[in-house]
Amino acid sequence: MSDIHALSGAYAVDGLDGPEREQFESHLEHCPVCEAEVGSFVEAACLLGETVSSPAPAHLRAQVLRDITTVRPLPPIARISHIRPRDRRRFPALVAAAAAVIALGAGGAIFHPWSPDPSGPPSAGSSIDQVVHASDAERYVKDLHNGSSTTLVRSPSLGKTVVRTTGMAAPPAGMAYELWYDRDGKYVPAGLLQAGEHTLLLDGDAGAASGAAITLEPATGSDVPTMTGDNPLVSFTFEQT
Amino acid sequence: MFQSVPTGASSTKGAPVVPDLAELLLLSGRADENAFAALYDATSSRVFGLALRVVRDPAQAEEVVQEAFLEIWRTASRFDPDRGSPLAWLLTIVHRKSVDRVRSAEASTRRDTSYHQQNQPVEHDATAEAAHASLEAHRVRTALATLTRVQREALELAYFGGYTHTEVARMLDLPVGTAKTRIRDGLIRLRDTMGVGA
Repeated sequence: MSDIHALSGAYAVDGLDGPEREQFESHLEHCPVCEAEVGSFVEAACLLGETVSSPAPAHLRAQVLRDITTVRPLPPIARISHIRPRDRRRFPALVAAAAAVIALGAGGAIFHPWSPDPSGPPSAGSSIDQVVHASDAERYVKDLHNGSSTTLVRSPSLGKTVVRTTGMAAPPAGMAYELWYDRDGKYVPAGLLQAGEHTLLLDGDAGAASGAAITLEPATGSDVPTMTGDNPLVSFTFEQT
Repeated sequence: MFQSVPTGASSTKGAPVVPDLAELLLLSGRADENAFAALYDATSSRVFGLALRVVRDPAQAEEVVQEAFLEIWRTASRFDPDRGSPLAWLLTIVHRKSVDRVRSAEASTRRDTSYHQQNQPVEHDATAEAAHASLEAHRVRTALATLTRVQREALELAYFGGYTHTEVARMLDLPVGTAKTRIRDGLIRLRDTMGVGA
């Protein structure tokens, strides 16, 4: 694929199929230019629908309105906003389970995209590379409404996790994004993303954790997550090995 | 009927009340069935018209419309007004379902059919004529006229025909890989002429 950006138009009109579509969707996850372009193309393409508008058969209305009584609308995904003053409360073990449900319901994906690195055993290069190319690397992606995205790659065999954010707003002054491992329903600190940082190798044993989360905390970090405002901003549940 | 529905514009006496689709989607996401009924009434012609144009068979179009509105109801809370217009969000769901339906249902003979054989005019009836008269449709047709013939044909084959860009290239006798460029150029032209997606 010499120029994957050139597929943006075809993608916007559902003119890609199978592997090409998957390839382009993967590309979209880290190309905000293409994402914006696809958005503008979708707006234009949908105008074409105006030229073929045709009244629906009358009986369809009652059918549709009856159908929706059998299905529950999905709840909204959490949005990032500034923390509002609220009572602190301990983070109960049950919320981890609820967060996991939200994570899965919001389309959190679990898959193993990398085949074993053919160039040989992992070198003494970046630990982040080792995690990302580990043979048992698990990749989780969560998108938030504001256009930001968080990718988490965990290698149980290496016991390490890498987190990368894309398009995440800079934390307010004096604040930072803190990473947490979920250990038996309790969140333990796993690192801090300061302003301008987007990639982090988490502290601690990834193998012992059942999930991870990100909250907005004071820049010096907290020992327990501050459960106010929109925290946790993002949470992940790991595959049970 | 629209009196209880949030409107995008303040209504003067006798002026038509225009539903605010974004607001209706927001309320639908909160399981407000009245708001969803209003959303249906405001969009069903465009939804059905698009499905019908792509799948061609009216019975299948009805099924696509049902499936689409069900998904719109189920995922209404996922609509993000910062990412695009509510109508585009709706029609994207409809279009995807229509294309999936027509691709999975068809026999391989359709893929071998040349463009000119396929391009028989769809039957017009009185209601379609009324749609043709709509102001917005007129504006879109005017904008489409600014595309080159190949751009327009490629775009229409992809969007209305549900063909992949490689199939479009074959149907228009274009070199492999050039249809996607025509489609993209056509969309750029259409977008800029209509002034959307800014």
